[in-house]
Amino acid sequence: MRLTEIAGLLECEVLLGEEHLDTIEVRSCFAADLMSDVLRFSDSGALLITGLTSLQSIHTADVADLAAILFVSNKTPGQATIDLARTRNIPLLTTPRDMFDACGVLHRAGLALAVEA
Amino acid sequence: MPAEVTEPLLVERFRIQGGDYEHGGDAAAQIKAIMRRLGIDPNIMRRLSIANFEAEMNLVMYADEGVMEFQVHADAVRVRVADRGPGIPDIELAMQEGWSTATSEMRARGFGAGLGLPNMKRNSDEFEISSTVGAGTTLRYAVHLA
Repeated sequence: MRLTEIAGLLECEVLLGEEHLDTIEVRSCFAADLMSDVLRFSDSGALLITGLTSLQSIHTADVADLAAILFVSNKTPGQATIDLARTRNIPLLTTPRDMFDACGVLHRAGLALAVEA
Repeated sequence: MPAEVTEPLLVERFRIQGGDYEHGGDAAAQIKAIMRRLGIDPNIMRRLSIANFEAEMNLVMYADEGVMEFQVHADAVRVRVADRGPGIPDIELAMQEGWSTATSEMRARGFGAGLGLPNMKRNSDEFEISSTVGAGTTLRYAVHLA
């Protein structure tokens, strides 16, 4: 599913990377506020769904080769986090939906859990 | 564990400051950029980058200061992380998934699940840790290129 469709399904505000949303295809997601869990369990190419807006969310997505970050509950990172994401080419979206709801919508839409084999 | 028998083709060192969450992740990112320039296989790059970021955040969270040294060899990418800090009293315990001494601040920043050290080992083909309580901890790990 393209990021554009995900943004539409979840009524997202696109914080960064609008121009890439049409070309980035996401098949799986990993949802966590604990970056330790993402680093340990997530497969590459996943959409990271999180409530953590710190710089470390960007570093985590970068080193784990994740496709983009979706912040839940209307959380919006500070400018330093957005600037870091820009240097790493990581699109950022934020949705008014909470973690459970956002995951439910994407699960119903056919996205799978991104767990490393 | 095999000894480092070859001379490194490239060595880069990065200083890491304890408590500096603002820059925690910069060394891992710079090493990843070097690997990308060298055309290292994406999966190898990902594994080493995850280990590097875990090591870097551990240093930021627990140590006073340290150095991450990245070496490219013909057969492997190798990293040595040496810190000055409290050290780890029981390495066997620290290597168990879920064991952690993290503070609530570390957890609020998304870390401290007790997964870091075992995850570094998991993403490496070689992994060694040594520590002296009251002095510091040294990690050496490598991902093989073939």
